[in-house]
Amino acid sequence: MYTFLLPDLGEGIAEGEILKWHVEPGQEVGEDAPLLDVETDKAAVTIPSPRAGKVAEMGGKVGDVVNVGEMIAVIDDGRAAEATQAAEAVATPGESAAEDADTRAATAPQRPGPAPQAEPVAATDGKRRPRPAAPATRRLARELGVDINAVEGSGPAGRVTPEDVHRFAAEGPFAPTAEADADTHAPAKTVDDDQSFAEFAAHAASTIPFLELEPLPDFAADGPVEIEPLRSIRRKVARKMVTSMALVPHVAHMDDADVTALEEFRLSQRAERGDDPGIGKLTLMSFVIKAVTAGLRAAPSFNASLDPFKEEIVYKKYYNIGFAADTGRGLVVPVIQGTDRKSIREISAEIAEKAGLAREGTLPAEDMRGGTFTITNVGPLGGTAMLPTINYPEVAILGMGKVQEKPVVRDGEIVIRKILPLTLAFDHRIADGADAARFVGELIRQLSDPNLLLLET
Amino acid sequence: MVMGSLRQETQVAVIGSGPGGYVAALRLADLGKEVCLVEERPRFGGTCLLEGCIPSKTLIHAVEVKESALAAAAFGLGCTGTSIDLDRLREHTGQVVGGLSSGIGSLLKRRGVTTLEGRARFSSSRSLELEGGEVSGVDFEQCIIATGSSLNRLPEGISDKVWSSADALTLPSVPESLLVVGGGYIGLELGLVYQGLGSSVSVVEFFPRLLMGADQDLVDIMVTSVNSRLDEVMLESKVQTIDEKPGGGFAVTIAHEGETITREYAQVLVAIGRRPNTDDLGLENTAVVVDERGIVATNELCQTDEPGIYAIGDVTRGPMLAHKASREAKVAAEVICGHAAEFDNRAIPAVVYTDPEIAWTGLTEREAADEGIEITVGRFPLTALGRARTLDRTDGMVKIIADPDDGLILGMGIVGPHASELIAEGTLAIEMGATIEDLTATIHPHPTLSEAVQEAAEVAQGAAVHVHPPRRP
Repeated sequence: MYTFLLPDLGEGIAEGEILKWHVEPGQEVGEDAPLLDVETDKAAVTIPSPRAGKVAEMGGKVGDVVNVGEMIAVIDDGRAAEATQAAEAVATPGESAAEDADTRAATAPQRPGPAPQAEPVAATDGKRRPRPAAPATRRLARELGVDINAVEGSGPAGRVTPEDVHRFAAEGPFAPTAEADADTHAPAKTVDDDQSFAEFAAHAASTIPFLELEPLPDFAADGPVEIEPLRSIRRKVARKMVTSMALVPHVAHMDDADVTALEEFRLSQRAERGDDPGIGKLTLMSFVIKAVTAGLRAAPSFNASLDPFKEEIVYKKYYNIGFAADTGRGLVVPVIQGTDRKSIREISAEIAEKAGLAREGTLPAEDMRGGTFTITNVGPLGGTAMLPTINYPEVAILGMGKVQEKPVVRDGEIVIRKILPLTLAFDHRIADGADAARFVGELIRQLSDPNLLLLET
Repeated sequence: MVMGSLRQETQVAVIGSGPGGYVAALRLADLGKEVCLVEERPRFGGTCLLEGCIPSKTLIHAVEVKESALAAAAFGLGCTGTSIDLDRLREHTGQVVGGLSSGIGSLLKRRGVTTLEGRARFSSSRSLELEGGEVSGVDFEQCIIATGSSLNRLPEGISDKVWSSADALTLPSVPESLLVVGGGYIGLELGLVYQGLGSSVSVVEFFPRLLMGADQDLVDIMVTSVNSRLDEVMLESKVQTIDEKPGGGFAVTIAHEGETITREYAQVLVAIGRRPNTDDLGLENTAVVVDERGIVATNELCQTDEPGIYAIGDVTRGPMLAHKASREAKVAAEVICGHAAEFDNRAIPAVVYTDPEIAWTGLTEREAADEGIEITVGRFPLTALGRARTLDRTDGMVKIIADPDDGLILGMGIVGPHASELIAEGTLAIEMGATIEDLTATIHPHPTLSEAVQEAAEVAQGAAVHVHPPRRP
């Protein structure tokens, strides 16, 4: 018997939702054969079976959320019971601490199974020892749902003081010296009893004047409701959007591009090439990505990031353009790497491939990271203007509206042209309205004449 | 009322009244819980109080007083002889144990803890069946398993006249010669007691060293001191047979240094470890997981795999020590009451009441070497300490183990008089995240043995200067 625990999926992922089982109870499974698909905050992953054997037990049904380190399957490999792989079963400190705090509030506190007394977590100071902290400070950290080993200690030998814990609880992992992945440290802030809500609200209110945080009313008292836990992609989107809106002063610049000539070219090419998989669907997005890449080379401010802690602007010399994809399960942003080195044909093919994987929920995590600029196209669903939220820590996002035939005036004549409404939302800390106007102007020029795009391919 | 059908309902049931169980019951009661404590024996206190720490330390103290009195001759206080009244010593030990045991009883009573006598078995994850008492069962919301441990049984075929440590503590007699099987702390402590009472004592140990957990340098100083008091110490030796002789006494064959030797002793004491009391607890009726050594799987909240059932003390992982059980007792009680408690202790001190005593806490030098942890060590011998001279006890040392980069105190080891008391400062230092400087800058009263701790810290500070350039904040 081999008990398989949900392995560490990397990038601070603490849990996954079971999307699909590739096996049934009692079924034989080969080593490394797909066992199940799990969707995390970041991506869907297929987890292979670590052993060959018969599936004796399944750790959940489709839709269940399984924590890293929890049993996901028991595989009868014909051998005696075996201690499960401790090394792979790494729970995320921040998450489990928060869960402890939650369960303690209940009358019969219980965590899922007794994890054996854990080895000290390697703290970020590189020492193989727990963070020095007095017992009372450690208790304070537990009460505030803070993983003490994630806190930078301000005392001698890195000793964590009560003030350090309070600061961490209030400011979270964005403390100036925190180095490691923020997600690992962010305690899942769910506040479900009055006292901790009061504490949470007090912390938040102390940093933002006039901010008033109150528990939501009991909606069920006014009529029937359905409650769904905020999980997976939805929760990740919520975190990213709040972070972006809270940190970045958004400004939007809007204009229209005349894409009559481009559309004529594009639609004729598409009709001619049919379903050639080597060129994808040749959507407008592929042309816009190319035009944006050209625009970014001329306006590096929009291909940058601002580090508020180091007070630095990081200009990226590479162009990884993300495109927002509506997957049915939520928003996913696949990234096309190195768009300055790819042709429109290659970009188009890659869009088709990645959008497909994203819809299936099987897009690998590495295809969603490293973006430097994002484009969102709600056009196919309609819409003349939108205010997109920047995909932090990028500094700009381009929204595409619906291409429509509109009467416009050219040389004193009213003519019918195909018009693409564009909105650039950008980080006003890095760029100003004039920069945005120039950037969008260049974009419009590129999109108005397919011959200009030739120069970029 | 039909006997055997009386059931008790309670919020929390605690099984066992040792330093784990009774402390848990008291803490739970203080936090407002309705508590029912089940104890198999007629007296409270468990192994520690009834047949462990307390009686053994009473005897050790008695012998120490005798040894000190004899040693006083060296500085002019003629103490020509000592007498031993074994009955009085037994009675005195009984009074110490009895007083403490009834003290626990009254603490429990004053807090309104219901105490039941009987042997408890889980019949389900929310109920216990009791045997041997008036009440036949207890239904609970939460339960703490604090059933402790028992001596390992002697192998089959060995005479029941051979002593266990519990037997030896009842002072059946003072044998002319005594072989102690097992060079751990129980064997050494009891061996020295009987030597003090007049026996000629030998020790046989399977491993190449005495006191396996302690650092060698500490053990060496102790061994040098006690060597003259012990007849023979046989290391890397294995007892093969223990045969009772017709005229009394035992013939023992021992595999020693490649040959088999036979020795005769008036008495044999076997001190070869303990086993958790989890065999007949009915745990199969719960989801509690027990490993092949009988140890209950728990997490740092003292929770078992069965929601609502907790385990503390000797039945859980870690050293079988009363003070570890008492700390876990408080953690379990507080977790049950919704507090943010956790067994997050960084050091569990260990104490051996040999003469001189040995104590250590936190990281040992051996562990540092095994795990490749870089350390700096400051050693200070008691020969250089005023108070040790006034006591005429310079057979000792304090060493401090610290991080060479930032001086964080990682461990402390002490051999010498009152090492058991002095180690508390080291444990506090580790728990508080103290650095070497915190110890050197703290005023220690003069003249005391505690100054050796400060001195050792100063040595560690000095050593750090040579080993690594100092990094002062």
